[in-house]
Amino acid sequence: MREAIIRLESVSKLYPTGSGNFRAINNISLVFTKGEFCGLVGPSGSGKTTLLNILGSLDTPTEGTAKVLGRDIGKLTHKESAQLRNYHIGFIFQTYNLLPVYTVFENVEFTLLLQRKTAVERKKLVMDSLEWVGIADKAKSMPAQLSGGECQRVAIARAMVKRPDIVLADEPSANLDAENSIRIVETMKQLNMEFLTTFIFATHDEKVMKFLDRIIHLKDGMVELDKIINKTS
Amino acid sequence: MIRFLIKGLLKDRSRSLIPLIVTSFGVMITVVLHSWLTGIMSESLELNANITTGHMKVMTKAYSEVMDLSPLNLSIIGADSLVKGLKKSYAGTDWVKRIRFGGLVDVPDEKGETKAQGPVVGWSLDLLTKGTKEIERFNLKKSLISGSLPKKTDEGLLTDVFAKRYNIGIGDTFLLFSNTFEGSMSFTNFTVAGTIRFGSEAIDRGALIIDIKAAEKSFNMEDSAPEILGFLEHQYDDEKVNLISEDFNSLYRNNDDEFRPYMIRMRDQNDMGSIIDYSQAIGTLMVAIFVGAMSVVLWNAGLLGGLRRYSEFGIRLAMGEEKIAIYKSLIYEAILIGLIGSITGTISGLGISYYLQEKGIDISNLMPNSSILMPQIARANITIAALYIGFIPGLVSTVLGAVISGIGIFKRKTSMLFKELEV
Ligand SMILES: Nc1ncnc2c1ncn2[C@@H]1O[C@H](COP(=O)(O)OP(=O)(O)OP(=O)(O)O)[C@@H](O)[C@H]1O
Ligand SMILES: [Mg+2]
Repeated sequence: MREAIIRLESVSKLYPTGSGNFRAINNISLVFTKGEFCGLVGPSGSGKTTLLNILGSLDTPTEGTAKVLGRDIGKLTHKESAQLRNYHIGFIFQTYNLLPVYTVFENVEFTLLLQRKTAVERKKLVMDSLEWVGIADKAKSMPAQLSGGECQRVAIARAMVKRPDIVLADEPSANLDAENSIRIVETMKQLNMEFLTTFIFATHDEKVMKFLDRIIHLKDGMVELDKIINKTS
Repeated sequence: MIRFLIKGLLKDRSRSLIPLIVTSFGVMITVVLHSWLTGIMSESLELNANITTGHMKVMTKAYSEVMDLSPLNLSIIGADSLVKGLKKSYAGTDWVKRIRFGGLVDVPDEKGETKAQGPVVGWSLDLLTKGTKEIERFNLKKSLISGSLPKKTDEGLLTDVFAKRYNIGIGDTFLLFSNTFEGSMSFTNFTVAGTIRFGSEAIDRGALIIDIKAAEKSFNMEDSAPEILGFLEHQYDDEKVNLISEDFNSLYRNNDDEFRPYMIRMRDQNDMGSIIDYSQAIGTLMVAIFVGAMSVVLWNAGLLGGLRRYSEFGIRLAMGEEKIAIYKSLIYEAILIGLIGSITGTISGLGISYYLQEKGIDISNLMPNSSILMPQIARANITIAALYIGFIPGLVSTVLGAVISGIGIFKRKTSMLFKELEV
């Protein structure tokens, strides 16, 4: 059994609404281990994004405890949670979310600037991660000049450049065509195997699902099914 | 990191160029408006000073108490040496004798008998001394409707309306009935050199301008004058005038002769004090309203700039930047933009104001007729206040806009900022 890097114990997220509180996440207990390639699936509104936000320390649980890399998400200061994201967690979004005024290189470099890495280190790390996703030749391009698939590759490079422990991806293939979706997931799968980075997706995409080695079905904020598909060790 | 931020600032025009233009434009307008209003106000003060009040005025103490009656018998004796002394004591100032009088103009026919008679108000001023500034003060050259300025002491200028009404033309002679210094009748012949317009119906009905020497002679007033008007080198300045009048009056502090010379300031005459204060208050109010409006615009620009960038902040947060660092960078950017915008705005505003001050805008063409009582050229007037009146609100409101919009970064939960990343 691999080491557990995320532990959720009876986690709930409540949103206040007009008529009392709404449970977007309802009493979820889960463990994620190092090197998992795992998908959260479920209908719209089932709580996938909410759960990812808690895992990424962008939000805190209302009830229960969420421990990521041993840190209790509910108890982190702003600074600690920023540090956690900066060094250990990469994000990939449905709409890529590259900064439009910066080049591909600079978009990927930003995380490393926050880590105060030297220019030489930055250059090496950025070019390496652009190589991994196969767009090193676009380093000087602006995001607006790239296709959707290329943008999402830049986003993967940006998430991977810091060699994070965890990558959280919210519907990464939803804006891509079939061919690009598969290529993106293949790329991520390769990185997952090479670096043992834990990938957690929220997805609807059938094409993505066949690459997953664990699928967690969510419904109404609860785990409906937690299925391990092909154990790799 | 700083280079990274500056690069972003430069590349994103809506973050740099547009706020910069808005700020510097607003600041520029404020500076120009302020200088322009100050200029217009001082222009109308000058007009008053030129015609009636001077920047300061010297008369006898007795005269000063009944000034409205202009009693010639209370005039200063030994006025010429006093004028000389004043010019010497207060470098850069100009001092002139003026005699205002009332009288009857008697227009004779060919046989020399009275054809018509009309009342006039009269001014006598120095028209003939070389380098006299009085012609300019009364704007006589431009107000001339026909004929020319007097070249001899026995020539005078009549208002055009009067000349037409009494059918008297250039080169015609008339008799002026008036009073002498001692109160007896005076009769003097004058030739019409030209006709003029004051621009005020009441005065244009009957007014006469003659040389000061002619008046002295006909009123028996050689070397004396009811009023000596003093002018500073440039426009009216409360402080300078206070200094001079205090200094001058202190010379006679222990003198209780009722004919001792006594100096009053422009603001002591004809309610000019409250007019000066009032016009300054109006000017301040207008500029304040404008500055207020500009601040709101700049503040909103800063606010919008911040709101527009929530998705950028969301990305930066996700990358692991701290909220406080993002907030600080937003404010530093605003300070940078506010500073550059306010500096360029102030400089360009001063440039335009300087042009308007030196060249002025000739508004005499806008009026059907030029006249004595209308300023000919509207000018701006740059004061020290122009340096900060636009600069401070420009900088403060830009930065305040960023400070307030940035609070949104803290108020919103991280996950909400982040949510805005999802389209
Ligand atoms: N800030 C909030 N306030 C109130 N309710 C919220 C808030 N954020 C999310 N919710 C609700 O929580 C539920 C779960 O939302 P979530 O975004 O996690 O769903 P999801 O599974 O990601 O859906 P989708 O597939 O459409 O992205 C939804 O019903 C949503 O309306
Ligand atoms: Mg979602």
